[in-house]
Amino acid sequence: MSAQLVTELTILVLAAFVGFEVISKVPTLLHTPLMSGTNAIHGIVIVGAIIVMGTPHPGLFMQIVSFVAVVLASANVVGGFVVTDRMLEMFKKRPDEPS
Amino acid sequence: MSNTTANLLYLLTIAAFILALRFLSSPRHARLGVQIGAAGMLWAVIVTLALDEVVTGWWWMAAGIVIGSAIGVVGAKKVKMTAMPQMVALFNGVGGGAAALVSLVEFHSVWAHAGDVGVERGIATVFSALVGSISFAGSLVAFGKLQDLISGRPITYPGQQVGNAVLFMGAIALGAVAMASVSFWLLAAAILVAALFGVVFVLPIGGADMPVVISLLNAFTGLAAAATGFVLHSNVLIVSGMLVGASGTLLTTLMARAMNRSIANVLFGAFGKVVATPGAAAAGEDGATVRSVTADDVAVMLAYARRVVFVPGYGLAVAQAQHDVRNLAELLEEKGVDVRYAIHPVAGRMPGHMNVLLAEANVPYDELFEMEAINPEFPQTDVAVVVGANDVVNPSARNQPGSPIYGMPILDVDKSQNVVVIKRSMSPGFAGIDNPLFYDPKTVMLFDDAKAAMEKLIAAVKAV
Repeated sequence: MSAQLVTELTILVLAAFVGFEVISKVPTLLHTPLMSGTNAIHGIVIVGAIIVMGTPHPGLFMQIVSFVAVVLASANVVGGFVVTDRMLEMFKKRPDEPS
Repeated sequence: MSNTTANLLYLLTIAAFILALRFLSSPRHARLGVQIGAAGMLWAVIVTLALDEVVTGWWWMAAGIVIGSAIGVVGAKKVKMTAMPQMVALFNGVGGGAAALVSLVEFHSVWAHAGDVGVERGIATVFSALVGSISFAGSLVAFGKLQDLISGRPITYPGQQVGNAVLFMGAIALGAVAMASVSFWLLAAAILVAALFGVVFVLPIGGADMPVVISLLNAFTGLAAAATGFVLHSNVLIVSGMLVGASGTLLTTLMARAMNRSIANVLFGAFGKVVATPGAAAAGEDGATVRSVTADDVAVMLAYARRVVFVPGYGLAVAQAQHDVRNLAELLEEKGVDVRYAIHPVAGRMPGHMNVLLAEANVPYDELFEMEAINPEFPQTDVAVVVGANDVVNPSARNQPGSPIYGMPILDVDKSQNVVVIKRSMSPGFAGIDNPLFYDPKTVMLFDDAKAAMEKLIAAVKAV
């Protein structure tokens, strides 16, 4: 097992704990925005899509597959963030109540 | 820039994502959080474009990003709030699909150079390819079910579970052989088989169990993205993917717990089978009758009540009645009635679905009460109005050990002084079981579509 893999696994495990910790504080009221927000975050796979698109490939087929990956990931990122923002815009406190 | 520099710069993105989730803990900061997250994502894209290994395909990239973003913006802006679950499912699916394709392309270069994948990278490749593909296909089926393109009822056939298991094992086996023999086409085949598995995996799961399925698929895509991070040695993918994986897992567990069922039972149980259990349908058949009333009768009850609690369910979403409920509630508040909303954790088709709908109708979030908070209040409630909800208010979950939903925590509307159930007909809810609440002497039924009923009630309350 390479040293790099061990480092990466360490990061993975720590990220899991951070994730559980942070998300357990989200109230049920916001579970839909949470889900759609994390949805946008896994759009980070766009980084992978750009890397494979930007690496030279022999043949058109692989370029098309990479292109599709870029399209899907972009839709994921942009759609995810826009929809989450749209939802959160609606959550308002009672206007006449002094906070 | 080198991979090391990039990993350093990606730290900003990671911090932004964690902050974004942190800010989601309160509705006041949540929006800022999402904007921070979006900025982090933009930063990650910029850093990636400057990587040493990204040297070509600029036009493809630009076109792909423009097309993908356009689809994303149009979809996100156009979607009605009632259709939010299927939209979330769709965006989730495309992310999973992207993860699978990235692994496939990355593996292609190993294959083209007749190289060796290595065990570790091989496992990561197969994992992200298969899980991403399952998530993609599964999300599309979930989308189809929620959009009514496919029947929302559980679709079952003999030998289903064995067949599914064979497909699943087949996909893994194909993937393993693809790695061992470094065969691009075998991996492609494995991805297709995994997609097929994704389809048959979600098909038998019914509409009301969708909150669990959508959360689970969300976790899947996150884990697929994290695995892609192992393939590409990208820390930002590992961390972000795992954050989503953790979130999805947590939500899945919460949803399953809210139904008092194990995750396995939701995924493989196919609720439909439970319908035949003896005792389930017994409640209403011993001579009990329901009382049907008109909107005018209900209007009088509501207008002279001190406290009214609305209990929204999926029927409200289907009828898009959230604005009308809000209007009725406002009218009652003007008359001095204390109005509240009781939200069951699994009401609707995704976690927190009802909260979003009512927020869209400008209901202040401090009027929305979670199950634990509102249940002790029902005995002091004059009228509980059940709008398009059924199983989440079924008392047999509390007192009929033979019932398939026995043990599921419910909203105790039957403990309030009067209950009004707005429903289109007497047809049972998703679980296919009768609801003794309807036969309770305290209960009156208003048979109508939720939206039409609300409009009639508004007119009638104004006339009182």
